[in-house]
Amino acid sequence: MVQLRLPENSRINRHGKVHKAPAGATNVCTFKVYRYDPDSGENPRVDTFEVDMDRCGPMVLDALIKIKNEIDPSLTFRRSCREGICGSCAMNIDGTNTLACTKSCGEVKGAVKIYPLPHMPVVKDLVPDLTQFYAQYASVKPWLQSRTPAPPDRERLQAPEEQEKIDRPSACILCACCSTSCPSYWWNGDRYLGPAALLAAYRWIIDSRDDATGERLDALEDPFRLYRCHTIMNCTEACPKDLNPAKAIAEIKKMMAEREHT
Amino acid sequence: MSLRTPLGKVLGRGSAKQGVAHWWAQRVSAVALVPLTLWFAFQVVHLPTTDQFAVREWIASGLNPVLLVLLVGTIAWHSALGVQVVLEDYVPNKAVKLTALLANTFIHVVVAFAASYAVLRIAFTTLAQG
Repeated sequence: MVQLRLPENSRINRHGKVHKAPAGATNVCTFKVYRYDPDSGENPRVDTFEVDMDRCGPMVLDALIKIKNEIDPSLTFRRSCREGICGSCAMNIDGTNTLACTKSCGEVKGAVKIYPLPHMPVVKDLVPDLTQFYAQYASVKPWLQSRTPAPPDRERLQAPEEQEKIDRPSACILCACCSTSCPSYWWNGDRYLGPAALLAAYRWIIDSRDDATGERLDALEDPFRLYRCHTIMNCTEACPKDLNPAKAIAEIKKMMAEREHT
Repeated sequence: MSLRTPLGKVLGRGSAKQGVAHWWAQRVSAVALVPLTLWFAFQVVHLPTTDQFAVREWIASGLNPVLLVLLVGTIAWHSALGVQVVLEDYVPNKAVKLTALLANTFIHVVVAFAASYAVLRIAFTTLAQG
């Protein structure tokens, strides 16, 4: 059977540290943050941080930065743009994969539980190893493949309605919220490409300027690469950019069926 | 440990160039099961009595044996496709997976043939007894 329990050395122990709020704080929010340091040789733990929200920005990322600056500088996480466009601060907050910078602490009832993206190897604390995820993105050849030379005096033209088709799928920021929320990706992530890579593939399959549609479909036509998607829809639910990878995958399956049966 | 590149690992042995047939068959069999199941449920509910004689009469009458064989065949087909996906999803060990997939196919074929044989046998013996 598939491994349902975490391996021995990945289970959370009970030695989490508690950092109390400063005296006099009236607007306290509690954060329970997953901590793992491979160099310590210890199992992961969950630390509790009480943060005075009167002296902190509203978003979860603001709180994490405050914790790192003022309480525990060893807390490790990725962040860059702090406005939902770089995809660096993707993590599991309150049970849902999302971006820490666009998730407000006020949306969460009770303590804010923060874990790294699920089912990925953890480098440290909230930093997952996304090597395979990026390789899967690269495997769908996310660039224009055309046998037609570009016009010498201008760009490759596209009708407005052709551009509209790729407009939304192009907005993917590769934060990995979708793929790491997908049970199929958890069980078979080594062979199933996952919603993010398939959305990228779809974005090029339907690009009117691309001449490699057939080759792209050929490369995806595989029981594992594509057909491990069982339309669970966690991807669409999780996407912090409101994209619809599940629909993109369904469209790819439809195009394959049409190519064979109509 | 392997020093193979991450991209090399993901590309693996390439695409199997199949999957459409399975996906399509799963949907076609599902569509076929809608009228067959409705017909079966309607007929069973409207049997005058459920003693063995009445049921045998019903199985043997008209096109019923044909529809019943179609029903058990389609159920077995659809179920085989579905169980196959579950096994592929949840059994990571290759040897166990292959064994389970073969067993899945064999069991469903045996069930389909045995059920069809039962339907036909009841139909023919009932008709022979007049």
